[in-house]
Amino acid sequence: MSNELVPVLTKRWLSPNSWTMDTYEQLEGYQGLRKALGAQPDQLIELVKASGLRGRGGAGFPTGLKWSFIPQGDGKPHYLVINADEGEPGTCKDIPLMMADPHSLIEGCIITSYAIRANFCAIYVRGEVLHCIRRLNAAVQEAYAKGYLGKNILGSGFDLDIVVHAGAGAYICGEETALLDSLEGRRGQPRLKPPFPATSGLYASPTVVNNVETITSVPYIVLGGSDWFRAMGTEKSPGPKIYSISGHVEKPGQYEAPLGITLRELLEMAGGMKDGIPLKFWTPGGSSTPLFTAEHLDVPLDFEGAAAAGSMLGTTAVQVFNETVSVPWAVMKWTEFYKHESCGKCTPCREGTYWLTQILQRMCKGEGTAADIENLLDICDNILGRSFCALGDGAVSPITSGIKYFRHEFLALCEKNAEDSYEAFLAGASA
Amino acid sequence: MTLAADKNTDIVVPDGHVKLTIDGAEVVAPKGELLIRTAERLGTVIPRFCDHPLLEPAGACRQCLVEVEMGGRPMPKPQASCTLTVADGMVVKTQLTSPVADKAQAGVMELLLINHPLDCPICDKGGECPLQNQALKHGRTDSRFTETKRTFPKPIAVSSQVLLDRERCVLCQRCTRFSEQIAGDPFIELLERGSQQQIGTAQDQPFQSYFSGNTIQICPVGALTSAAYRFRSRPFDLVSTPSVCEHCAGGCATRTDWRRGKITRRLAAEDPQVNEEWICDKGRFAFTYTTEPDRLLRPRVRDAKTGELRDASWTEALRVAAEGLTKAKEAGGVGVLPGGRLTVEDAYAYSKFARVALGTNDIDYRNRPSSAEELAFLGSTVSGTNPEHGVTYGDIEKAPAVLLIALEPEEEAPGVFLRLRKGNRKHGNRVFHMGQWTTPAVVKTNGTLIPCLPGEEADMLGRLPSEVDELLRRPDAVILLGERAAEITGLFSTARELAAQTGAKLAWIPRRAGELAAIEAGALPTMLPGGRPVTDSVARAEVELAWGLETGTLPTAEGRDLAGILGAVANGRLAGLVIGSVDVHDLPNPELAERALDSGVFVVSLDLRESSVTRRADVVLPVAAISEKAGTYINWEGRRRPFPVVITGTNRLPDCRVLDTLAVEMDADLFTQTPAAAMADLGRLGHHTGNRIPAPSVDAGRPNRPGQRHAVLATWHQLIDHGSMQDGEPHLAGTARPAVARLSVDTAKAFGVADAALITVGTDRGSVTLLAEFADLPEGVVWLPSNSTPATVRTSLGAGHGALVTVTTAANGAAS
Amino acid sequence: MTEMLNDVFGQDTRTKAQQLIARYPQSRSALLPMLHLVQSVEGFVSQDGIRFCAEQLELTTAEVSAVATFYTMYKRKPCGEHLVSVCTNTLCAALGGDAIYARLKEELGSDGKPLGHEQTSEDGKVTLEHAECLAACDLGPVLQVNYEYFDNQDPDTASDLVAKLRAGERPAPTRGAPLTDFKQAELQLAGFFEGRDLDVAGPSAAKETLRGNTVAQDRGWSAPVMPDGVLPPVPEKKK
Repeated sequence: MSNELVPVLTKRWLSPNSWTMDTYEQLEGYQGLRKALGAQPDQLIELVKASGLRGRGGAGFPTGLKWSFIPQGDGKPHYLVINADEGEPGTCKDIPLMMADPHSLIEGCIITSYAIRANFCAIYVRGEVLHCIRRLNAAVQEAYAKGYLGKNILGSGFDLDIVVHAGAGAYICGEETALLDSLEGRRGQPRLKPPFPATSGLYASPTVVNNVETITSVPYIVLGGSDWFRAMGTEKSPGPKIYSISGHVEKPGQYEAPLGITLRELLEMAGGMKDGIPLKFWTPGGSSTPLFTAEHLDVPLDFEGAAAAGSMLGTTAVQVFNETVSVPWAVMKWTEFYKHESCGKCTPCREGTYWLTQILQRMCKGEGTAADIENLLDICDNILGRSFCALGDGAVSPITSGIKYFRHEFLALCEKNAEDSYEAFLAGASA
Repeated sequence: MTLAADKNTDIVVPDGHVKLTIDGAEVVAPKGELLIRTAERLGTVIPRFCDHPLLEPAGACRQCLVEVEMGGRPMPKPQASCTLTVADGMVVKTQLTSPVADKAQAGVMELLLINHPLDCPICDKGGECPLQNQALKHGRTDSRFTETKRTFPKPIAVSSQVLLDRERCVLCQRCTRFSEQIAGDPFIELLERGSQQQIGTAQDQPFQSYFSGNTIQICPVGALTSAAYRFRSRPFDLVSTPSVCEHCAGGCATRTDWRRGKITRRLAAEDPQVNEEWICDKGRFAFTYTTEPDRLLRPRVRDAKTGELRDASWTEALRVAAEGLTKAKEAGGVGVLPGGRLTVEDAYAYSKFARVALGTNDIDYRNRPSSAEELAFLGSTVSGTNPEHGVTYGDIEKAPAVLLIALEPEEEAPGVFLRLRKGNRKHGNRVFHMGQWTTPAVVKTNGTLIPCLPGEEADMLGRLPSEVDELLRRPDAVILLGERAAEITGLFSTARELAAQTGAKLAWIPRRAGELAAIEAGALPTMLPGGRPVTDSVARAEVELAWGLETGTLPTAEGRDLAGILGAVANGRLAGLVIGSVDVHDLPNPELAERALDSGVFVVSLDLRESSVTRRADVVLPVAAISEKAGTYINWEGRRRPFPVVITGTNRLPDCRVLDTLAVEMDADLFTQTPAAAMADLGRLGHHTGNRIPAPSVDAGRPNRPGQRHAVLATWHQLIDHGSMQDGEPHLAGTARPAVARLSVDTAKAFGVADAALITVGTDRGSVTLLAEFADLPEGVVWLPSNSTPATVRTSLGAGHGALVTVTTAANGAAS
Repeated sequence: MTEMLNDVFGQDTRTKAQQLIARYPQSRSALLPMLHLVQSVEGFVSQDGIRFCAEQLELTTAEVSAVATFYTMYKRKPCGEHLVSVCTNTLCAALGGDAIYARLKEELGSDGKPLGHEQTSEDGKVTLEHAECLAACDLGPVLQVNYEYFDNQDPDTASDLVAKLRAGERPAPTRGAPLTDFKQAELQLAGFFEGRDLDVAGPSAAKETLRGNTVAQDRGWSAPVMPDGVLPPVPEKKK
């Protein structure tokens, strides 16, 4: 049975003035909150666990389980932090969502905060999206005005403050512990885990960090229940998911589909390849996920399926490239990105991306050799799993998968140097 | 596989421990131990850069990667052993048995070296460089990097004494973590991002920290180097001798590196109970005073004809000295001022010389403000203190509460400050500072200021906030008094009472390395060695016996204290003085001292360098500096800190030797010909078990109160100031905290100086003009650093802590 | 020293700084918005700006510098009236972003030299930078002016846009509020939107954003009907 689109989170985007309180309340807005406030917080945690909701920020960690790690009755303040630092290349679902339907995120925040007993929530939005921050800020003001935020929300006795916090341009702040450090007013460099944010997060207190899309899913789960949620998607990856299709397709855009849909199905909905030029390579979940090719048109795009096929689901940021794009060039550009965004804390990522970038730049200029390809792979091997956080791992994905499927292209760049014997002139040592 | 397992089933795992396997060997480790430490104990050194046992784990460099299996399942990625705590059943394979770990480590090493400059030939760290050593041991033999290295202009000075070479930096962040965690001085930080990340300071603020030198020592590469030591030497040229710092009373263990008769640098040595692995910058860098051009090398006597000082032989000098002292003894008596920087052996020689050669108890080592109450306190409470029964650094670290009174730890005892901060950071201990303003030490220990007028401290002890009182009653609470207590009437007495009432332990932390030693040696008018009261006939008899003196030889009355001695000299009652290294300007009344010295008294001076005392002396006898003699200090804990000779073959003579020979010229035998002999002689006295000096019982004094025209002065020494033992090291001097006068906004307004940049603080003796800064002092109080300006508090103002002073705008607009 | 800072950052800025601090449980969290605030006053983060933040938050200037130099959005030199950010990450570049950036570099340059990254045109109107992924990939190639989106650009439309900016015009973003300038954008990023209530109405839904919805509507697709979901029972307390 082929998959159909299931507009849930994206549904309200069609409505005029969808971002306003009026529109939101007319379209079932804050009904989930009312229902949640009538229940016990632990019921909500069980509900989200039962629904099988998995984090939509890339890692796919079971959300209800994450909430249950917060120690209750510990006497410490708890915090909810929303990771709205959408920066993974190819990912463009959270920004439109927050612009079109900010109240759905806010409602999700209030329900989640209630469930984990947090009275302060910070939405950390990347700084480069002013209109999104503007919409969020306005929605938060509207929510306060209506009594959905502040003290004694809807007479429940539950207090919550939300702060919309703008970042300042650092992809690494999408990593949850780097985000927490940034939110505390520091450099956005990741922290050691353990301790995990659930026990020691914001201000060393128990904290849940969740992605925008994850939390936005919560009001629907409260309203519709876990069975309804599980009616979409697959058993281990239930629910609807916003797939962002971009690149060389006729109709790029945001497509909300059940988890497990394939690229073949999505391509059909997106009008096929642009100008009919054949597909060459694509990313299932952003640049940090290993590339796929036309071989993988039928891979089910859920967490298990993508992993089984040798990549990761990531943020379902489907970037589609046709045959006009040089793989080494694309890989080089992505590596430049990782080098620019590397925080610098750990040796493999900081030095590794620096080195990899120069090799790839040299190769793209035609000054590379076959030995460079082997070096690239070996350097990647010394970075993958050795760096402090997943940025290092993400940085090597385009290179290793690019060479895996398109080694011939890399070699072709070295043709002019193939005859010269490879003499390594050691830049420093020969002096 | 099975054989090894069978053999080791006998290992018993005690409570609080776990058993794990490292490279096939089973090992038991305490819970919470970091894997890298456990491996070290096994003898397996896993390479590392960012790891340091005294800093919180970072896991940044990734050099220490090992393969780990937990619960039978291999962990998917190699783990950083510096951040992983041991767990029961863990199976670890280091580079010794795991090709994966070995390759990972080699990979990280290669990556570290791609941007590292090939500076070894010109880099100070070469020869003692963890990067060199670990690269050779764990790295590749060749480099595959043929791209362009990132470069920075180099070096840049992050302070006048620390130079930074950003190209060499491996971003281990030991320096930033040390500064932030241990010292509390976040003036050096990571800047930029990614491959441009670098260590740096703010544009307008150098790396100003009393502990900055430690970053040079812990930097695993040559990125942070000492400006004073740069390009001076290779480590394999140096002889390294363990030593003890001669500045404050902390007793930090040091390592002195020297060659060809000159000290090239000093480092901190490891002593977990005292200074852990740290020393302050004064201890590290202030050693050049011993080679200043005014160092005394030859004895001098005042020529009978010209009246000028001229060089003389030892024979002549000692003869002249002996004759002069003998005459002076007969003409009224001789006073002895040993100074506060002597070792036990040397101070003992002065003490014995006074009694045996000069027949007097007029001896007082306290060349600083002092009091009779203090004397009683030293005799009753300080003498004989030792780590087993007194307060230790460890006690400070674990005390639930510490109350400091008249003690500014960062300026006067930096090692104590570090422990206070550690105790607060690690255990949440409360630190209360009774003083006049929120100094950096208050902030950095998360402390609470208990403000009071200078001089009001004793009275304040009777009015402590209830929170403080309650905390002091908890077990292991500690009260610390500083040198300034001698200027506050009743403080010693009330502090003792408070300790008795609350059960808190009391300790005294003076500012100089030789204080406790001088007390033990009896270099005080009321005490013989070991705290024996001079007025106690049993005690005297003990000493006479040990010294081979006839019964009744020792003088029976208490002697004069330092002020008394100088006063008696000034009005002719004492005819002679034997003075050790004493700087007249440290005395409470420098004017009186100079008058005394100019009064025609016969002065024998034993000193290192020329000074206002040596210039007025009749005989000048040069003595050995600390690096030229063996000896023992006693730190504020009462802990003995022996040290050997560092620079051998200098032919310099310690004070004990000089006095021993001088005594012989005067027909007395000290038996202090060498430090070892002196120590043995002191040891023959044994531990004193008889009567002690009675404790002081002085009521809390009434402090001076500020008035319409007078403020009350608060003052203490900054760690890096114009002290003579800091001479000759401009790089260190450049890091001194700015000399400013501090007062509150309201006080400034009241004295009409609120808009003035420079203010003048004066007495009828003189004035000090300084930049002013606002701080949270009580109303009517102004604070000055004691010795950070050309005009000093003691000499120019003739004032001390608690004195009345005027405050006006600067007359001529220049600081002085 | 404090007097000098008062000259640069007046009472209004100080009040705003205090408001920022009041928003968070711990004051240091206000540092990032406060750096946007000082940037809104001077058009960049100056040493004075760093000192201001250090004073307000009781940090050392080194600690503030450490943060200010970490993030791309804090500029070291005064920005022009407008900041133009062109995405040159792989996808936008493949769709033409590199060409857009190259064209703008040439046109904004002077003396025959193209304008460099983060440099300002001689007339002080435009600072040009290449940017990383701006989370608008379905609308690429994308550029921003003062962090407002201009989607689906090509070298000609971009060049036209920049020419208008230099002529003092303020073309409307494809998604976002009417343009102001870099400093005013920074003030909003710091969290101050007073007097800008109408800005939220600036468009946000491009046809690409609504693509999935449109296709679903066309084909009559929808999510499963949502019942009134049953909540699980209250879990038993673990002993």
